[in-house]
Amino acid sequence: MKTFATLYRRIDAATSTQHKRQALIDYLRLAVGDPEQYASAAWTVYFLAGGKPRQMISTKLLRQFALEATELPEWLLDECYHSVGDLAETLALLLPPPTRVEDAPLDLWMNERLLPLRERDDAARLAALRDWLDAMPSDDRLPFFKLVTGELRIGVSKLQMTQAIAQATELDAKLVAQRMMGYTQANRTPQAQDFIALVAPAEAGEDGRPLRGQPYPFFLAHPLQTPLSAFPELLGPVDDWLVEWKFDGIRAQFIHRAGEWWLWSRGEELVSDSFPELAALVDFLPDDIVLDGELIVVAPRSDARSAVDDLSDLRSFSELQQRLGRKLLTPKMLRDRPVALIAYDLLEKDGHDLREKPQRERRALLEEVVSRAHSCAMQVGADLPLRLSPALTQPDWESFARQREEARARGAEGMMLKAMNAPYGVGRQKSGADLWWKWKLDPMSVDAVLIYAARGHGRRSGVYSDYTFGVWSGPPEQTDRTLLPFAKAYSGLSDEEMRKVDAMIRRTTIENFGPVRSVRPTMVFELGFEGIGASNRHKSGIAVRFPRMLRWRQDKPVEDADTIEALHALLPGGGA
Amino acid sequence: MTKDLIVPAAEGLYCPPGKFHIDPWRPAALAVITHGHSDHARWGSGAYLCHEDCAPILRRRLGDVRIETLRYGESRNIGEVRLSLHPAGHVIGSAQVRIERGGEVWVASGDYKLEADGVSAPFEPVQCDVFITESTFGLPIYRWRPQAEVMGDINSWWAENARAGRASVMQAYGLGKAQRLLRHLDANIGPIVCHGAIEPLNQIHRDLGISLPPTLNVGALDKAGLSRCFALAPSHAVQSGWIRRFGDHSDAFASGWMRLRGNRRRRGVDQGFALSDHADWPGLLQAIAGTGAERILVTHGSGEALSRYLREKGYDARPMATEYGDEEGEAEPNAEADTDGA
Repeated sequence: MKTFATLYRRIDAATSTQHKRQALIDYLRLAVGDPEQYASAAWTVYFLAGGKPRQMISTKLLRQFALEATELPEWLLDECYHSVGDLAETLALLLPPPTRVEDAPLDLWMNERLLPLRERDDAARLAALRDWLDAMPSDDRLPFFKLVTGELRIGVSKLQMTQAIAQATELDAKLVAQRMMGYTQANRTPQAQDFIALVAPAEAGEDGRPLRGQPYPFFLAHPLQTPLSAFPELLGPVDDWLVEWKFDGIRAQFIHRAGEWWLWSRGEELVSDSFPELAALVDFLPDDIVLDGELIVVAPRSDARSAVDDLSDLRSFSELQQRLGRKLLTPKMLRDRPVALIAYDLLEKDGHDLREKPQRERRALLEEVVSRAHSCAMQVGADLPLRLSPALTQPDWESFARQREEARARGAEGMMLKAMNAPYGVGRQKSGADLWWKWKLDPMSVDAVLIYAARGHGRRSGVYSDYTFGVWSGPPEQTDRTLLPFAKAYSGLSDEEMRKVDAMIRRTTIENFGPVRSVRPTMVFELGFEGIGASNRHKSGIAVRFPRMLRWRQDKPVEDADTIEALHALLPGGGA
Repeated sequence: MTKDLIVPAAEGLYCPPGKFHIDPWRPAALAVITHGHSDHARWGSGAYLCHEDCAPILRRRLGDVRIETLRYGESRNIGEVRLSLHPAGHVIGSAQVRIERGGEVWVASGDYKLEADGVSAPFEPVQCDVFITESTFGLPIYRWRPQAEVMGDINSWWAENARAGRASVMQAYGLGKAQRLLRHLDANIGPIVCHGAIEPLNQIHRDLGISLPPTLNVGALDKAGLSRCFALAPSHAVQSGWIRRFGDHSDAFASGWMRLRGNRRRRGVDQGFALSDHADWPGLLQAIAGTGAERILVTHGSGEALSRYLREKGYDARPMATEYGDEEGEAEPNAEADTDGA
């Protein structure tokens, strides 16, 4: 635990990505050179790359343990928690120092102590905590509690981790990315041999092609924020680009090899079980094929569709969300909210890795594969949960810009731009002409009033950084109008702005409810969001997606903030 | 019930039978000053009374004002009360104010810490009936490690940077924290630079007989010297051109608030050292118990939490509203600029 805790602290304290990378590389070099460490390194890499075991001890039990160990009254524990903003850190700070010191490697902690806790009762868990904490140096306690609460976040991206491994082992980053696929799946217990497989020298013939159910690393897009006038200079002529809708679903890779199939989400989770209807694809797609695309809920089957790229029946992301996180998929759910894969790339065909082939060729092959599957399905009257992402055509970028305005009406968030001559890359590449661009619509926005504030967590602990916003229930001439809460947001402000807003909140507090304060309405923010829908869970009758602060409108008096009518007008079919 | 010897008033804590204020935040006739930080020693009062080691700081900050001084333990009758000052261990010349009338004793702590810092006279518990305590770090999450350990970490950080050929730039409060750091730095590691806002305060300490290692102006060092140096500066200097003289450097901040991860991350420095001139939670409880007082008034900080905790332990404890700030978090940047004389 000590080695892991030291690395955790070093990464946590790093103020630049350079420092972070150096900490990772230093750790990995030591680990690779020491077979004794392989088993713990397997877990370390798992956590660093974003792997998350489920919570092992409930928050309630941890609090009970803390109250007993510190002999503090419960209200004071709460007071401390609100001040710190993080339970794991609060516990680490409050517990008395250890009376003895004992250290065990991370793999022993995970495999023999922490994971088995799930099978034990609360009394046994409490006894274990007492015993362990009494022998744990204060410095190791924060990562320990983060682990057992299932909240370990280290602030290292999978890409950074991949690059660090590549650098420490002098392996090709693409090969490492391939080996990393699926490494952080939930409920995995990585072993020494997993770490060895990750860092072993490349074998002759090992070209980064995945085995059996393994997916390829996803190629990720960059946001395109260039003004339209600069498009010709940045992108060149429209003919060099494949332009598609940017769908608002789940990015997924469908793998069909040796008669079996697997579905992987972009988060590198195997999600085949959540989307059983895709099993139908196996009957109509050739073997040894890998598709990249988007999962979206579509209308339940009513009549046979004629075209493979007919997308008139796409449903919203919120319907897809209702499919996710269900332990049990009911037949009704499958019937009412069927999904389809909208395919937009072909990564493997006949067992050959196509990623180095230009987009143009991959697209032609993809069209052929999907069309053939569709006509086969039509012949037997099957409704294939597979569509082809339409290639959009326009004479120039201005025309694409106009067409992009229809995106929302089509259930899309904007457009994707992919260079026709480019290969399929790995991860989010930094630069070059081969990028994928996501050209999203500007967010919808309203001017809203800050009405509640809560203290934040992590980097923002102790600062009022999480806000609830309201809009007016009626126009200014309506004297009894009130502010209707409709969205919470906590991102978009600079640290400097947040400091000012925090000070203002403390000055204008009306009432404290635990960590939350109601404030006198004085501050107006332009609030942006990606989607909007009716909701009976919110007082305002509205729910918005990805709300964030675009601007602090210090120029705007609260009376001039928007009304609920402005939100209604943005609803699909709202007449805006 | 007898009349309280100290009551909250518009100008600050007030002693009606002595007709003087303690650390008033608005001008008063007579201001008894616990220590020289800008939120406790404010401008505009008719006369000031403080410890003799606090006087040069007041003069530097407030200019030509009327100041009378006392030594620790020396007493003076003012109005109907007898007043004396006792070491608070916060910064040089810091004092607890003891007020006695007819056998009843009140003590106002000002700011204090229990651990001897090697610069200020160490805190002494004073028996009293009513104790007015600060509570800047009045939550059990605040527990300091011994000074020797923290200073050991700071010296190691410096030594490691010096080996790597980069300066170590420490942000710290100019009065008190800066000199405490200087006192315990290992000057064998390299040269020590002090920002111009801190140097005059160092001089005051040296004049009072506190031995500090030699400190240089940033201009006095060549590139090689800068790459090994330890530099002390108030936070505002770090945003100025001054910091650019050091090129590649590691930065740090020394304050009790650095105990919390969120504060360290917000501060955006490479290292946060939890070194405070205020009492931590065990320190507050120990100090309170040491006075023998049954009635406790809790000023700035976590007044509500600490007094509720004390009530549950059987004390008659209440929060007492004041307008003192907190130099460790620099809640008032202007106040700091003031103290630093920058």
